[in-house]
Parts: sequence; C-alpha cells; structure tokens
Amino acid sequence: MSNATLSSKPSSLRGATLPGWSTWAIAAGSAAVGYAVSAAAGLHSDIQWALIAAVLFVAGSYGISAKVEGRRQAKDRTATSMVWVAFLLAVTPLASLIWETAKRGVKVLDGYFLTHSMGVVADAEPGGGIYHAILGTLEQVGLATLISVPVGVLTAVYLVEYGRGRLAQAVTFFVDVMTGIPSIVAGLFVLSLWILILGMGESGFAGSLALSILMIPVVVRSTEEMLKLVPNELREASLALGVPKWRTILKVVLPTSIGGIVTGVMLAIARVTGETAPVLLVVWGTDFINANPFQDPQESLPMYIYLQWANSGGSGAAYDRAWAAALTLIAFIMILNLLARVVARWKAPKTGR
Amino acid sequence: MAKRIDVSGLNAYYGSFLAIEDISMTVEPRSVTAFIGPSGCGKSTFLRTLNRMHEVTPGGRVDGKVMLDDENLYGAGIDPVAVRREVGMVFQRPNPFPTMSVYDNVAAGLRLNGKYKKSELDDIVEKSLRGANLWNEVKDRLNKPGSGLSGGQQQRLCIARAIAVEPNVLLMDEPCSALDPISTLAIEDLIGELKERFTIVIVTHNMQQAARVSDRTAFFNLAAVGRPGKLIEIDDTERIFSNPSVQATEDYISGRFG
Amino acid sequence: MRGATRPGDRIFLGLARGSGIFVLVVMAAIAAFLTYRASKAIGENEANFFTTFEWNPTGVPAEFGIAVLAFGTVVSSVIAMVIAVPVSVGIALFITHYAPRRLGGTIAYVIDLLAAVPSIVYGLWGVLVLVPQMDGLYGWLDDHLGWTGVFDWDEGPARSLFTVGVLLALMILPIITNVTREVFRQVPRMHEEAALALGATRWEVVRMSVLPFGRSGIISASMLGLGRALGETMAVAMVLSPSFDINLSLLNAGGGTFAQNIASKFNEATPIGRDALIASGLVLFVITLLVNGAARLIIARRKEYSGANA
Repeated sequence: MSNATLSSKPSSLRGATLPGWSTWAIAAGSAAVGYAVSAAAGLHSDIQWALIAAVLFVAGSYGISAKVEGRRQAKDRTATSMVWVAFLLAVTPLASLIWETAKRGVKVLDGYFLTHSMGVVADAEPGGGIYHAILGTLEQVGLATLISVPVGVLTAVYLVEYGRGRLAQAVTFFVDVMTGIPSIVAGLFVLSLWILILGMGESGFAGSLALSILMIPVVVRSTEEMLKLVPNELREASLALGVPKWRTILKVVLPTSIGGIVTGVMLAIARVTGETAPVLLVVWGTDFINANPFQDPQESLPMYIYLQWANSGGSGAAYDRAWAAALTLIAFIMILNLLARVVARWKAPKTGR
Repeated sequence: MAKRIDVSGLNAYYGSFLAIEDISMTVEPRSVTAFIGPSGCGKSTFLRTLNRMHEVTPGGRVDGKVMLDDENLYGAGIDPVAVRREVGMVFQRPNPFPTMSVYDNVAAGLRLNGKYKKSELDDIVEKSLRGANLWNEVKDRLNKPGSGLSGGQQQRLCIARAIAVEPNVLLMDEPCSALDPISTLAIEDLIGELKERFTIVIVTHNMQQAARVSDRTAFFNLAAVGRPGKLIEIDDTERIFSNPSVQATEDYISGRFG
Repeated sequence: MRGATRPGDRIFLGLARGSGIFVLVVMAAIAAFLTYRASKAIGENEANFFTTFEWNPTGVPAEFGIAVLAFGTVVSSVIAMVIAVPVSVGIALFITHYAPRRLGGTIAYVIDLLAAVPSIVYGLWGVLVLVPQMDGLYGWLDDHLGWTGVFDWDEGPARSLFTVGVLLALMILPIITNVTREVFRQVPRMHEEAALALGATRWEVVRMSVLPFGRSGIISASMLGLGRALGETMAVAMVLSPSFDINLSLLNAGGGTFAQNIASKFNEATPIGRDALIASGLVLFVITLLVNGAARLIIARRKEYSGANA
C-alpha cells in the first residue's frame, strides 16, 4: 500500500528456522560447559554448575536464534528456554528432596523399626523405632478428624443449603481466613486456652484440638465445592415428593456428593498429619509408648523427626532414624493423596457436569 | 496487495479423525468467497487451514497444498507466524484484548511486527478504524477499554485490528453470528468495501448473507456424522443460488435439510 | 409453610447453623485468648515491645521486643517471594502453554503431590542437604557482591536468612504454581487466538493474552504463598542458626522469625516467657490475617471482573 512504513514488511513467508534439535544441542552444550567450568575452577557445589549451565542455555539460545532467525524469534526462544529453566530449577531440588529422603530413609526402615519405640535407646545410639510415633500420629489425627469432619461438613451444609444473609457471609469469610492461620498460631491458641487457662496438661488430645483448627476450614471448603455440584433438580425432585428438607439433605444431597467429601477429608488428613509446630507446643513428645491420647505427652511422626534431629548432637544413627521416619511420613501422606484421587475418580459426582 | 489462494488435495485431521477430505479450490484476489453448509461440515476447519490456525488446536494436522500466489503455506521452511500475519482472521465472537484500549487493540499487530513512530501509529490506527467504519464512533474514546464497546463495535474493532497490519487475505469465521441485525448490516456493508483491497473468505450460516455479500459461494457437506466434510461445489454466487449443478446444493439452499 | 417447622428440620438446621457459629466462635476465641495472654506478658515488659532488639523475658527487669523477628520474617519472606513468584509463573506457563500435553498433566500432578510434603521434611532436607550445597553459591556472592555488605560472608555454615529464603521459596512454589496454573488454564481460547491470528509468536501470545488475564490471579496466588512463608515454623527453626540481632548481611548466620523463635524458645520458656512468645504469635496472627484477607479480596474482585466479561 501507499504507506511507507509497510515497505519493511517481509516479502516472504519463509523465515530462517533453527532445526528442531538445536534446542537440545544448546542445552547439552550449556550443561557440558557449565560442568567443565566448575570442574576446572574447582567449584564443589551442584548449585553452581547448574546455574552456570542455565545462564549459558538462556543466553546461548537467544544469541544463536537472534543471529539465525531474527529478534522476535529470539525473544520467543528466550521465553521458552526461561520457562524450561524455571521448571528445571524448581523440579531439581524437589526431586532431590524425594530422592534423598528415599535413599537415606530405607537404611533403617524395616519391620523392627516400625514396631518398636525409642524406649531406652539413647539418642545417639542406633536401634529403636517409631512405633510410639505412629501410634501417636494415628490417635491425634484420628481424634482431630472426629472433631473436624462433623463440624466441617455441617458448616458446609449450612453455607450451601441454608446460608443466606449476614451470618453465612461472615462464616464464609472467616473460614477463608482460618485457612491461612499458621499452624504455630493454632498451637499457641490451644496452649493459652487449654493448657495455661484451663490448666489441662500436655496430651495427644490437646494436639488434636490444634490440628482440628487447621483441618476444619479445609473440610468446609472442599465439602462446599462438592455440595454446590449437586444439581438443584435433585433437591427439588425430592422436596416435591414431600420429603422434608433435612432428610433430603441426608438422603439425597450428601450421598450424591459423598465421593468428593471423602476425597476432601482425606486431603485434609494428609495435610495435618505432617504438622509439627502445634504438636511441639501442646503434645511435647516422648520416647515411650503412650496409648492414651488424653493424658501425658505423646509422640507423633513429625515430632519424632524433629527430636531425632534436634537431640542427636549430630549422631548418624539419629539422622538415619529421622530420614526413615520422614520416608514413612511422606509415604503415608502420598498414599492418602493417591487414595483420595482414586476415590474422587471412582465416586465422581454423577451430575452430568 | 491481495493475493490468490489456490488449494489442492487438502485434508485436515483432529488426531486420527479426518475432518475434511480432499479439498481443491481457487479463491480470486479482490473478491468475496462465502463458505456455506450444514453444521459440522468442516467449513470453519477448512477456513482455519488457510492461515495455519488449524494446527493450533491440539491434535490438529493438515496435508495437501495451499498456495498463496506462488508460495505453499505448508511448504518446508514456512513460518506459521509469518503466514498468520499475511492472512488475517476475524472470529465468530468479537475478541478484542480485554485489558487493552481501543487504540492499543488496533495497534497490537503493528507493535508485534516492528517499531513505529507515534505519528505513524496514529495514522495507521485512524486509517484502519476508518476502514472498519468505526472511526466516528470511537474517535473520542480511543483510550477507553475495547471491551466497553457494543458487540457490533467490538467486531468492527477486531476487523480494524486485522486490517491494520495490511494482510493479503482476510478470513472471517461467521463474523455476524453473535450480532444483532443492525450491526450485521454494518459489517456486511464493510465487507463490500474491504473487498476492494483484500481477498476475503467468509464462513456463514446465513444463506441470505452469502447471497448478499459474496461473489463466489462454496457449498460443503458431509455424507453422515463422523464422516469427513467435503467440498460439493464452488461457483458464482448467482449461479449457486439460482441454478446449482449439484442436487444436494439445491436441497440445502431451498431448506430441505441442514 | 416455612422450611424449619418439623422437629427434624429444626434440629438439623440448628446443628448446621451451630457449626457455622462454632467456626466464628473459634476465630474470636483465638484472637481473644492470644490477646489476653499477650497482654499479661506485655504488662511485665519493661522495654518497647515493637522496637527492642532483645528477647529476655525472664530477666530483671523483663525486656523483650519483636524488632529482630519482624526483620527476619520480612527478609526471609521477601527472598522467598523474589525467587518463587517468577519461577512459579514459569512452571505454570510450562504446564499450560509450553510442555507437551501429557507431560504437562503429569507435572501438574507431581507438583500437586509436592504441595503435600510436610514442612518438617523440607526442614530435614534443608539442613542436611541444602545447607552444605549453598557454600559454593555463598562464596560467589561474597566474591562478587560482598562489597554491598548485603552479601558479605564470614565463611560460617550457610544457616542464614538467605538459605531460609531459598528453602521457603521451594516450599511455597507448589501452592503458587497450582493457583497460577488454574488461572492460566481459564484464559479464554478466543483471546489467545486473537493474538495468534495477528501473527504473534508463542511468547507474544503469552504476553498479550495470558499474562494480562492472569495478573490478579498471580497476585493473589503470591499472597497465599506469602502467608505460608510468613508462618512457616519447623523448616526455619531447623535451618536457621538464630541470634537476637539484626545482621545486614543476609549470608551470615543469625536473625530469627516469629514462628521460628516460638518453636526454638518454647522448650526452655518460663510462664512469662511463654506469654511473651504468645505475644509475638499474636503479631504473626494479625500479619497473616491481613495478607490472606488481601489475597481473598483480590480473588473476589477478579470473580466479579471475569463475570462481567463472560
């Protein structure tokens, strides 16, 4: 057209393009150079050569692409390589976390470890196990679930089935706020009310109270989402048959969404099982088996990991036990997560959505 | 500026599903070609193969040739990004960038393709908005968000955005189906003006619209659901609507199916 | 003909409403009892609670303040955010727009699972694996940026606020990534096609359509991550080698955070010491409330915004 600026327009649809393997070549080259540089300079941390390689990769793909393909393509490639680098930067340490835990955890993880307490084993000596911690975790989390599930589900029922007006709005808002309470604050609350003011001693149950504060909002949120998925036609059909509202909720609404609710509860359990801070404040921890959650300090898995690390004075045996307990804890949480997903898929809401 | 499109032996797939089969046709420069046919016959899919948008859909794949003058869009070494710059597109639902002003929407494509002085940009934006018959309505609100315009205005804004980069071809995928009758009329008038400068291909569900705006009409059909769509015939619009050579075309036009 | 006339209905509604009210009561109780205990401690405090660089609640006179903790909490969280937000956005883009579909789905799933790894495990890994690895990086920072003072390093163990920040970044990555990913996935296809049809490269599509649409989502995701980082306890308590002073160099051990200080000091605390820790916990509570409240507000606004455009 007549406009002068348009003369700069490329006359061809053909752009010089780097071949598909070039990205991999640049990546491999960068990694090799990064590694070589660190080896030559005697750098001893993996973080360093990885960072060198990352920078080389981003700069390299920009430079080569800018030369061959032009500036816009180069920008596009830089963005792509940065996204890849971000991904690798994050995934590498996270993979290392899982890998190291598994590698170091299997050393002492065996049947004996799972079925014995620390009893009379000195902190720095090998031996002992996590039986008392598993028992404590199961009891504390179990009690917390018993408290949180009825309160959480009923609150969600209130919000979805009855909730109008100010009260419901306030509940919604504070449930949101409650989701963000740091676990240590929940622990401090139970400490100040239950232990300092009411004068109860440290016990597994005090821990359950603190865990419930963390669990309730999670259960409310997930249950709410599930109840909202139940189509109104179902409720109306039941009400139209003359079934009272409460029976409609119990017999129609909750059964329809039970899969999702169970999933949510399992995820909530998985979340609080790993909590350490409140347990530290109100359950204390012990080396002995205490099957009574209502009296005297108890152990829990995360607490065990912390105490093994903190009281060992750097003993290898204690670190091995800490890793083994960490592996057990992660395995437990991952299994819960996976089961939750299986339940979610298996009992997917039959709502046509 | 406007270029000829020459398609031969084109198949398009979604994964392993063959959506359109063996299409060959020629679209003349500075003309309006309308695609009509029942739902699911692949006319929109075919349109999207003309600027390599089809392959953006997950699983989308094309074989065959689409010549733009003397260059095969699916040839080796062709950059799909450059193709889309040469072959502009207007969508079914108006889709101005919601966070950009009217001005920025029109300038968006230009800014991608190079540096312009402010005055140059101003000129092109005004020219494009005038070209889309929108200038008088928006000249006082160029810095307001584009999403604040009415549906018809938004669609003309999208047309202005497409023509600002001076493409060779303008593809329109049912551009009026989300609009009211008055806005539709405005767009149809606009198409009549734009064909002086561009090669235009328009997909439409509305046969009166095809009859009103197009020079040539292509009829697409499919044998059954799940079978690939095919080009049944392409001819001068007048002939298609008065005396088509294939019985199926006549049946469709006279409303016996579809 | 009101709904709650039958006894069954009345009881059920009562239970449901009661549970809702219970949640409110718990929240009020948390605020009330923390304030009550905190006020006891602050009553005994002879020093300014907000500006004192000391934590000596058992001394005569008792003197303690949160200045060091506030500094450490803010610094470590800022480091975590600076690292985690761009990387999370990168991963979210990777999952939704760059990775091949299958791979993206798998990664999203793995990141979901990683969000469930407990902080105690991050702590153990942090102190036993990450800390030794940080030495080399610290050496670099000291060599090249040591002159700023911020990256000055005395070659001590890398158990400083900087390492804490890096570890916190890793811990909040999954949550920020997950929320951001959901937002990116909701970007209307037609906005992306608008950019594509103008001849935009993939990065230009992201810049023109995806990021503007996702901006408020990124902000609120970051705030949620920030809320986590501020309140994180065990990982910080294990990695940081604390001290009660403000050290301008981020690489040298020392400093503290609210949550870490509570966990570390709790075992040896006397009654007044506990109340003093509760007072610092109250401050943490208020800060996280503000941050989370702001995040929720942004999310709520965004809902209205996208609703109006749908």
